[in-house]
Amino acid sequence: MREAVDEWAFVTAAYVIGIAGTVLMIAWSWLAMRRAEKRRDRSRGL
Amino acid sequence: MHGFANPARFLRIARWLTPLFLISGVIVAAAALAWGLFMAPPDRLMGETVRILFIHVPSAWLGMAGWTTLAVASLVELVWRHPLAGIAARAAAAPGAVFTALCLITGSIWGRPAWGTWWVWDGRLTSMLVLLFLYFGYLALADATRRDGGGSGRVAAIFGLVGAINIPIINRSVVWWNSLHQPASITLGKSTIDAAFLWPLLIATIGFSLIFGGVVLARMRAILAVIQAEARLRRKAMANA
Repeated sequence: MREAVDEWAFVTAAYVIGIAGTVLMIAWSWLAMRRAEKRRDRSRGL
Repeated sequence: MHGFANPARFLRIARWLTPLFLISGVIVAAAALAWGLFMAPPDRLMGETVRILFIHVPSAWLGMAGWTTLAVASLVELVWRHPLAGIAARAAAAPGAVFTALCLITGSIWGRPAWGTWWVWDGRLTSMLVLLFLYFGYLALADATRRDGGGSGRVAAIFGLVGAINIPIINRSVVWWNSLHQPASITLGKSTIDAAFLWPLLIATIGFSLIFGGVVLARMRAILAVIQAEARLRRKAMANA
């Protein structure tokens, strides 16, 4: 007999983790790029 | 191909391609996930949990595609000494590791209601976990090479090539060994998935692939900017000495 589980709780957990992980990765990469390019541009003026 | 070896030419293209990939990827992936979440029907056997497919499968595909990209770039770096190849390999490692981790986590969440367990040490799950550890090893090695001031990332590139042996093992694991994990539902030119699930899955895969491409370009630009800033500061320090 199959164990009764709330299937939507598993679906929600998977989507929250998947979307949060992807958004954090995009934000982290974008901010690191902007920071590195600003630092490079500043080094031009030194 | 060597035309793109010029960092200035690469940067000219990457400057508009990076936001284009990221914005279009986010829109396409969000639309596909909303489709999968609210419009796709529940599966006859798996019920509502089938919706995890739309986030789990693109993550698995990009975890493996990430290492394939890394291995091809490593080969190009070793054989043709393409200046951007090593940078591309390093840039693909972090998003590849993130998608591999997301594949393992969402797979584990799916496994509990589908199989009655969070984890089994079978061929597919174990080889995917090995891929995550390979990514960690590559990231640590590439970082150590950079910190040591070794311009050559040959050791990391060789590691990238050797690690590629795990990709066909992951792919064939469900054929070679008994597994709770289902065999491949989509192969070249053939699919056993109903169209109601196949279309949102394909669109989600395209969306997440665009995001992966945008993240790799952003990370390549960041690595290039760091190298250029350090080279400029070194030249100025030598001129002042």
